Amino acid sequence: MQYIPNILFLLLLAGGVGYFTMNIRKLIRNINLGLDVDRTDQKNVRLKNMAKIALGQTKMVRRPIAGLLHIVVYVGFLIINIEVLEIIIDGLFGTHRIFAPLGKVYNILIGSFEILALLVLVAIVAFWIRRNVIKIKRFLSAEMTGWPKSDGNNILYFEVVLMLLFLTMNAADYKLQLLDAAHYVKAGAFPVSSWMIMPLIDSLSESALIIVERSAWWLHIAGILIFLNYLYFSKHLHILLAFPNTYFAKLTPNGQFTNLESVTNEVKLMMDPDADPFAAPDPTTETEEVAKFGASDVMDLNWVQLMNSYTCTECGRCTSECPANLTGKKLSPRKIMMDTRDRLEEVGKNIDANNGEFKDDGKQLLGDYITPEELWACTTCNACVETCPVSIDPLSIINEMRRYLVMEESAAPTELNNMMSNIENNGAPWPYNQMDRLNWVKE
Amino acid sequence: MSEELKVPIMADCFAAEKQPEILFWVGSAGSFDDRAKKITRAFVKILNKANVDFAVLGTEESCTGDIAKRAGNEFLFQMQAVTNIEVMNAYGVKRIVTCDPHSFNCLKNEYPSLGGKYEVLHHTQFIDELIKSGRLKVDGNTYKGKRITFHDPCYLGRSNNEYDAPRNVLANTKATIVEMKRNKQTALCCGAGGAQMFKEPEKGAMDINILRTEDALETSPSIIATGCPYCNTMLTDGIKNKEKETEVSVLDIAELIANS
Repeated sequence: MQYIPNILFLLLLAGGVGYFTMNIRKLIRNINLGLDVDRTDQKNVRLKNMAKIALGQTKMVRRPIAGLLHIVVYVGFLIINIEVLEIIIDGLFGTHRIFAPLGKVYNILIGSFEILALLVLVAIVAFWIRRNVIKIKRFLSAEMTGWPKSDGNNILYFEVVLMLLFLTMNAADYKLQLLDAAHYVKAGAFPVSSWMIMPLIDSLSESALIIVERSAWWLHIAGILIFLNYLYFSKHLHILLAFPNTYFAKLTPNGQFTNLESVTNEVKLMMDPDADPFAAPDPTTETEEVAKFGASDVMDLNWVQLMNSYTCTECGRCTSECPANLTGKKLSPRKIMMDTRDRLEEVGKNIDANNGEFKDDGKQLLGDYITPEELWACTTCNACVETCPVSIDPLSIINEMRRYLVMEESAAPTELNNMMSNIENNGAPWPYNQMDRLNWVKE
Repeated sequence: MSEELKVPIMADCFAAEKQPEILFWVGSAGSFDDRAKKITRAFVKILNKANVDFAVLGTEESCTGDIAKRAGNEFLFQMQAVTNIEVMNAYGVKRIVTCDPHSFNCLKNEYPSLGGKYEVLHHTQFIDELIKSGRLKVDGNTYKGKRITFHDPCYLGRSNNEYDAPRNVLANTKATIVEMKRNKQTALCCGAGGAQMFKEPEKGAMDINILRTEDALETSPSIIATGCPYCNTMLTDGIKNKEKETEVSVLDIAELIANS
């Protein structure tokens, strides 16, 4: 009988971690639906970027208020999780405050967790006010209604509850220590819970305090496991994916677009006077199926672009700096990322429902999620790429989809078709003769 | 412009067995657009003044294909690139300078993997180099008392991280340099990039160039300096829209320096 709590804890932990692992495997499978792209070069630069941008939050603080608040929550969350380690050990082995023998160090640890918890609470209140009272514009865009809107608040409520449970647990524990209750070792420092929570439970009896302490303890760890599992269904995956995402981000200059290799091969063939267009394909070279130019669906994007979509936390800094969006056009780089993720999730569910095979559902990213009107509004100015705090590249997706529109569908706006036929015919986007290229000298 | 410009042509240099120090990539806008042609001439004036040994491709130059690439037409881009690379490689081109950040980005970043490996400079970088090495002297008195604000072209700034060269050059004028609230990494696009120059904008509340012009006008400038022929057009249109053309002029950095 005495092992029932331990067994319950083990089941809870296994269930929480197991379900999370299952979803993460699904996430990795979905990301791998993307095309291959080699991002294994320059490991040192990549590590440095990850350390600077993800760990060091250098891009977050470009907006100082949001940046600082975010650092508080981030550091708080990261450090308070050391406490989770103790909770897990206690839970599994039926111990109480197993790290207590650390003595002074333990007091400092618990004390600083408490201070951080308070700071996190303050930051979260500020975040909530920014979202719901001040109503900062980027949180109110067209794509931020329904689930994305409540998701943003849910996370905040979650964190408040977790922090309060942590402090309640400590307050009750401290009170029990003062009452010399059995099993409650005298350990820890409680600079926050002693004044914030303790007065509320001061009059409770020892047995009632034990109930409070145990409930808060169990709810806290259960809450953490629920939070962990909530991640996959929310925009909050960035707390994990920001690291690989900044590591695998493109290292070439922002302005450099990829050169499509499939096109290069065809162009070389066209330009080579010795090439025989009717020659039988060389059997020694790999006979890949005819490549599709550009992207009309998530499978045509590369895996980094798909990972980008899961990493996006919908902060909207991209959209708030997008010249098209600022002037009232439909394009929103954040929506490009959200659409990509939504479609990828849809494809993933389709695969789950059809025994691991994707069955054509008559839908695609282009048209059903992202419209040509959005794509053609982009000025390729790189503002979205430059500002993203976790190195997401919405522009590369926009460009791949334009490629599909132009090269597979011949669906460019008429004026652009005119411009392109001018380039084809006379080597300039305007209808001027190439022989007149030097006329400026004499004008 | 009545001034006689010295514009050597690559084919002539080649025939005379001379290898110019640098190729001046004029670009389609610089060759054909009336406003941009003035920038081209101003830059050549600087090259002549500093005795730079340069040449242009002239009628052998063709569109870089940049605009086609941004519009999604990779085929057309690569056809243009391969043709241009063939010409430049035949002439043994090593170093290129251009007044168009779009050509600059395309030649610098997108030509190498197709066989065109050159050192590519934006004209503001080259002018900065000429001034620093003492080959070009700037008499800043022309702009004494003026307020100049610099608009970062996306394909020079964010795309290639070059924010200093144009500002270094401007520092040589005795004007007051004022920054817009959105500058460098957060500079707002003029609205022309990504082939927008060649089409009507999508439906919206306002045009991008108007918003950017408002950014510039907030600094009460007498001159809006640019380093891109397309930005120049967009901001000039913006200034006309705001009926400020008598008070504010939009000038390329090459023009500012050539006239000093």
